[in-house]
Amino acid sequence: MKFLNEEVAKQLEGIFGGMKDDVTVALFTRKEDCETCTDTKDFLTELASVAPKLSLENLDLERDSDKAEEFGVEMAPSLVLLDKDKNYKRIKFNGVPSGHEINSFISSVMEVSGNSQDLPKEIVERIEKIEKPVNIKVFVTLACPHCPGAVEKAHKLALENPNIHADMIEAQTFYDMSEKYNVSSVPKIVINDEFEFVGNQPLEVFLEEIEKTQVA
Amino acid sequence: MDVNLNLGNNPGKEKQKLDPETVYDLIVVGGGPAGLNTALYAKRKGLQVGIIARDIGGQVMDTSSVENYLGFTSLSGEELMKKFINHVNELNVPILEYEELEAVNVRDGSSIREVVLKGGQRFNTYSVVIATGSKPRRLGVPGEKEYAGKGVCYCAICDGPLFAGEEVIVAGGGNSAVEAAIDLAKIVKKVTIVHRSRFRADQILIDQLSKLDNVEVKLQTQILEVQGEKFMTGIKVKDKETGEEFVVEGAGLFVEIGYLPNSEIFSDLLELNERNEIVVDRYGKTSVEGIYAAGDVTDTPYKQIIMSAGDGAKCALAVNDYLNTVNK
Repeated sequence: MKFLNEEVAKQLEGIFGGMKDDVTVALFTRKEDCETCTDTKDFLTELASVAPKLSLENLDLERDSDKAEEFGVEMAPSLVLLDKDKNYKRIKFNGVPSGHEINSFISSVMEVSGNSQDLPKEIVERIEKIEKPVNIKVFVTLACPHCPGAVEKAHKLALENPNIHADMIEAQTFYDMSEKYNVSSVPKIVINDEFEFVGNQPLEVFLEEIEKTQVA
Repeated sequence: MDVNLNLGNNPGKEKQKLDPETVYDLIVVGGGPAGLNTALYAKRKGLQVGIIARDIGGQVMDTSSVENYLGFTSLSGEELMKKFINHVNELNVPILEYEELEAVNVRDGSSIREVVLKGGQRFNTYSVVIATGSKPRRLGVPGEKEYAGKGVCYCAICDGPLFAGEEVIVAGGGNSAVEAAIDLAKIVKKVTIVHRSRFRADQILIDQLSKLDNVEVKLQTQILEVQGEKFMTGIKVKDKETGEEFVVEGAGLFVEIGYLPNSEIFSDLLELNERNEIVVDRYGKTSVEGIYAAGDVTDTPYKQIIMSAGDGAKCALAVNDYLNTVNK
């Protein structure tokens, strides 16, 4: 294997061995103008090889534009997680989920696979009240140990409520986008392109910012 | 491309959960060296112990290289913490991660302490060890808040890559500042390290720093203000010897001037000192019975990984003695 050494491969095999249902990673790449697409594809192929219940579907951003549109994918490399019935679960990784982001990838795969972590009742009730569309962008770098926690929270929120979509964005891969959103500290969280905060804050903070978008 | 597997992942083992119905012997709050070593010692004593942590690993995770932990010549903070957590995981201690503490409640006449989390969960325990660590200290100058996230950063390994090829400033003169400057020098065009007095860092690190040709050192230099437009563009400083004021340009300012204890929520419950550190005795005991504290959050001098770990061991043993005196 190119990316996973024997020890890590074994650990990952143990972790993914706990998956309940099948999960599909729909990976969108592009032939030109994408430095990291090949590595991302190889990396995910290796991950899928140590996870029997994880399958990889290789798609092309242009050729499979209908699917890209269905999942709201606009960049490459970008990957979305589909559940056992191939339903889009509103969570996305833009950029390779390696480095520290392997952890948010694991956590989101486990969630979609049905190994769901329960949230406190008060939090669940607040999430249920979100009725207007919410888009959460979480900007990360792969060297950032605090970032996966923020990505996991954003993804968890999306999994809990169909009105919420959550994207991880790797700031170096998508440099132009980070510039556009003025990212100079990570994790940086941007909600509906309007509200933002920095840091792996508690779920309450995510919800406070999300609730600001719900006011008429 | 490499993978940095999370410390909380414990493959092949069912994750132990914290049970709200149980009255624990000990609940440890914090997942850094102090908290983990408390749990290790307590579990080995046979105590029923659980950990509640905002993040496993604590501040050590932000340290690119640890070279002063006995037994390990050089390894990353993350590698060291991975060894700690693997050791604790061997003993099947339940860990509740990504949770923050709201309060510890003490009721008159009861030896049971209640631990309340921000998410609303409540746990009961006969003793608590607070090992909530510390957070980066702010400079407290005009512009710092305005440009936080717009150039002003507090985690060099996290945000360093965003400044590739640019000029940056590091504020501070201790080990973390010098280490940050050494790390950043590998990525950015130029690093200026600014400190108000002399270096406090270990000589071995200062020697490494002085070998780098894209690092400029400005000591006896006080930071007055962070300047910029949409993003920060530099800092206004004052040479303390000549009194001269001038601007150091930089797209980023990495603040590494020490730490403040995470003790706010205990200000009504426990005795804190003038630096807001929790006051503890030789046994790690706080001003309230059944509540102990370990590591950076306490008034113990010299914040070091090995001292925090040592504090944790001490607290666990003290708690074990204390529990023998408690009516359960």
